[in-house]
Amino acid sequence: MTTPLSRRRFLAAGAGLTLASTMSACGSPVVASLTGGQPATADVIYWHLFGGGDGVNMATMVDKFQKSTGISVEATLLSWGNPYYTKLALSASSGRPPDVAISHLSRLPLLAQAGLLERVDGGRFTSAGITQDKFTPAAWSKATVNGRVYAVPLDTHPFVLFYNVALARKAGLLNQAGDDLKPMKGRNDFVDAIKAMKDASGEFGAVCTITADPSTCWRLFTMLYRGVAGPIVSDQGTRVTIDRSAMEETFAFMQSLTGKLGLMPSNATSTTSSTLFSQGKVGFLFDGEWQIPTYRGVTLANGKALDFNVVPFPAILGPKPVAYADSHSLIVPRSSGRSAKRSADGVRFIKGLLNESAIWAGGGHIPAWLPVQQSKAFLHQKPQSNYIQAAFNAVYDPVAWYTGAGSDFQTAMGSVISSVMTGNTSPKSGVDAMTASLKQFSTARPPVD
Amino acid sequence: MTTSALAAPATGVNTDVRRRPGQAQGGENRSGWLFATPFLVLYVAFLIGPVLIGLVISLFNTTTVTSGLGSWVGLSNYAAVLSNGDFWASMWHSVLFTLLTTPLLVLLPLLFAVFASRVVHNRWFFRLAFFAPYVVPSSAVCLIFAFMYTPQTGLVTNAFGWVGLTAPNFLGTTSGAWFAVVLLTLWWTFGFNFILYTAAIQDISEEVYEAASIDGAGPWQQIRSITIPLLRPTMSLVLILQVLASLKVFDQIYILLAGGPNYSTRPVIEYIYDTGFTSYRGGYAAAATMVYFVILVAVSAGWLLVRRSRTATAANA
Repeated sequence: MTTPLSRRRFLAAGAGLTLASTMSACGSPVVASLTGGQPATADVIYWHLFGGGDGVNMATMVDKFQKSTGISVEATLLSWGNPYYTKLALSASSGRPPDVAISHLSRLPLLAQAGLLERVDGGRFTSAGITQDKFTPAAWSKATVNGRVYAVPLDTHPFVLFYNVALARKAGLLNQAGDDLKPMKGRNDFVDAIKAMKDASGEFGAVCTITADPSTCWRLFTMLYRGVAGPIVSDQGTRVTIDRSAMEETFAFMQSLTGKLGLMPSNATSTTSSTLFSQGKVGFLFDGEWQIPTYRGVTLANGKALDFNVVPFPAILGPKPVAYADSHSLIVPRSSGRSAKRSADGVRFIKGLLNESAIWAGGGHIPAWLPVQQSKAFLHQKPQSNYIQAAFNAVYDPVAWYTGAGSDFQTAMGSVISSVMTGNTSPKSGVDAMTASLKQFSTARPPVD
Repeated sequence: MTTSALAAPATGVNTDVRRRPGQAQGGENRSGWLFATPFLVLYVAFLIGPVLIGLVISLFNTTTVTSGLGSWVGLSNYAAVLSNGDFWASMWHSVLFTLLTTPLLVLLPLLFAVFASRVVHNRWFFRLAFFAPYVVPSSAVCLIFAFMYTPQTGLVTNAFGWVGLTAPNFLGTTSGAWFAVVLLTLWWTFGFNFILYTAAIQDISEEVYEAASIDGAGPWQQIRSITIPLLRPTMSLVLILQVLASLKVFDQIYILLAGGPNYSTRPVIEYIYDTGFTSYRGGYAAAATMVYFVILVAVSAGWLLVRRSRTATAANA
C-alpha cells in the first residue's frame, strides 16, 4: 500500500495544476482577458451573424478554406442586428476585436468614422488581388467612406419581385419564351400587372409583409421613393432632405395598392406572406432575395411543386429601375496587438471566402466578386442570375451614423410606412410623421464627427 | 432590519460617547475604519467611482466607440434627455411595471407566508418551494417562459384554451407583453419577499399566540389581530424594496421582449443601454442615468421622510 495522499497535499496539488494549466498557454482566454491581449485560439478569429441557410453555407465555406489551406478559423455566430453591431463596435473600441468580421455595408459609416477599421485598399489586399476592378461598382463605392475603402464586399442582396409562374401565365404576363415577365415600365404597367394577377388568383394580386416587419416596409418604400427623389437625409445624417411632394406621391401610391385598389392585403404578417405565396394564392411577393430558400421545394395543394421566379423590380414611379439593397462585407477591425502573420492569414481567409462565394449565392445573394459573378458556377444558378442587374442599380440606406440593417432608424421609418399602408395614416400625415421622426435622429449629437 | 429598529440603539451609543470622551475612542475609530477598509475600497471602486465618472461624462460628448472624453457640451445632454419623448415613455414603462408588480409582490407573499407558517408538517418544503425560483438566473427563467408563451404551441397559451379562453398574443401585443412579463416576475421574485415575511413571522413570540388562544382567539383572529399588525414594519420594508427593485427592471423585459413590441414595454434602463451601447452615445446615456438616479434617490428619500414622521408620531403618542 502506498502512503495515502493527505487532504492538504491533494488540495495544493489540485490548485497548482489549475494555475499551471491556466497560465501555461499564453493564448488561453483567461490569460488573454487578464493581460488585455487578444485570444489566439485559432489562426483567424471570425465573427458573423448568419443563422439558418446562410449559416450553413458560411460554415461550408469556412470548412473548405480550412481544409484547403490548413489555416484554422474560429467562427462565432452572434445574434443578428443591433446586438451584433454593439458587440463588434465595443470589442474593437476596447482593443480586443476578431481578426475578420462580417458587416452590412449600410452599417459601415459609423464603424469607419470611429476609426475602428483597417483600410482594405492597398497593402496586403492589393497584393492578394483584392482590387476595385474585381467588384460590383455600387458595392465597392458603398464600402468607401471619405475616399478610403474599409470593407471587402461579399455580396449584394436586393429587394426583389417574386412571381408565381403558373398565375403569371394565366394572367398573360409571361414573355414568349415563358422564362421571364413581359417588360414593364412605369406605374401603370406595374399596377395593371398586379390587377391581372389578382384576376388570375381570385384573391390578391401581390403581398408584402406590412405588420410587425418595419424593415420590409422600409425596403419597399425606398425602392419606390428613390426612383423620384434623393436620400431622405444627407450631410452624414445631420440634415433632413425629404422631398415632400415625392414622398406624398410615394405614400399615396403605396396606400392605393392596399386600399382603394384592393390589390394587396393591408395587414399581412410574415406568416401571411409566406402562406399566401407558398400556397400559390397570390401572384407577386415583394421581399428580399434571401427568402428564395423558403419557397424552394414547396408543394402545392394539388401535389405539384410551386413554380416561382424572381426578377428585379421594373422602373415604377421614376424613369429608371431602383433596387433597394444591402451588402454583406468582410471587415478587419483595428487591433494594435495583431501580429503580421495573423493579418496575413486574415487576408487569405477573406480571399478564400470571395473565391467560394458561388456557395454563398445559394442563399439567393449576388456575389460581389466579379470572377465568381461572371463564372458558370454562378450564372447557372437560377433564379439568382436573373437579377444581377439589381446589384448594379443598388440603392443603399442613406449615409448616417444611425442608419443600416436592423437599426432603430429602420424600425422608426418602417413603423410610419406600415401605418400608411394599413390606411391608418394619410399620405400627408405620413410625411409629417416621418419628418418628425427624422428630426429626432438628425438632431441627436452624433457619436462620431 | 428597519431604520426604526436601528435608530434607538444608535442614539443611545452617541449619548454614551458624548458623556465619556476618552482616549479609547480614537483607537476604536482607527480600528473601526481599518475593519471597514475592504468594504470601503469596493464601495468606492464600484459604486462611488462609477457615479462620479458618470457625472463627468454626462457633461461631455463621450462615446463608446472612440477613446477619451470627447468634447465639452455642458448641460446640453441633460436638456436633450429631459425633452426626449422616448426617454419619458421608457420612464413611464418602468413606473407602469412598478404599479403592476408591487401590489402583487407585497400582498401575495404575505398571504402565503402566513399560510405556510400555519402548516404543521413539512413546513420546510413549502418554504423551499416558494423560494426556489428566486435562485434561477434571469436568462434561464426568460428562456423557459418564452417557450411557454409561444403562440399556438406554448404551455401558457394552451392553458388558456383548457378553461375556454383565448390566450392573448403574449409577445406580439403590448397588453399581452405586460401580462407575460408581470406573471414571470411574480413567479420568479415571489420567494424573496416570502422569505422576509417568514423571518418576521418567526420573530413573533410564541407566547403572544399562546396568550391569545387562552383568551379564546381562533386561528383567523390570531392572524388578523397579531400576525398582520406585528408584520407592519416588515411590510413597509418589503414595499420600498419592491418599489426600488421594480423601478430598475431590465433583464426580464430585455431578454423576453427586447422592449417590444415596437418599444412599447422598453424600461428606462434598456433605454439607457440602447442609447449608451447600441447607439454609442455614452455621454447622453450617462445624463439619462443621472436623471433616473435622482428620481430613485427622491423616491427613497420620500419614503424615509414618511417613515420618520410616522415613527415620530408613534413615539409622541
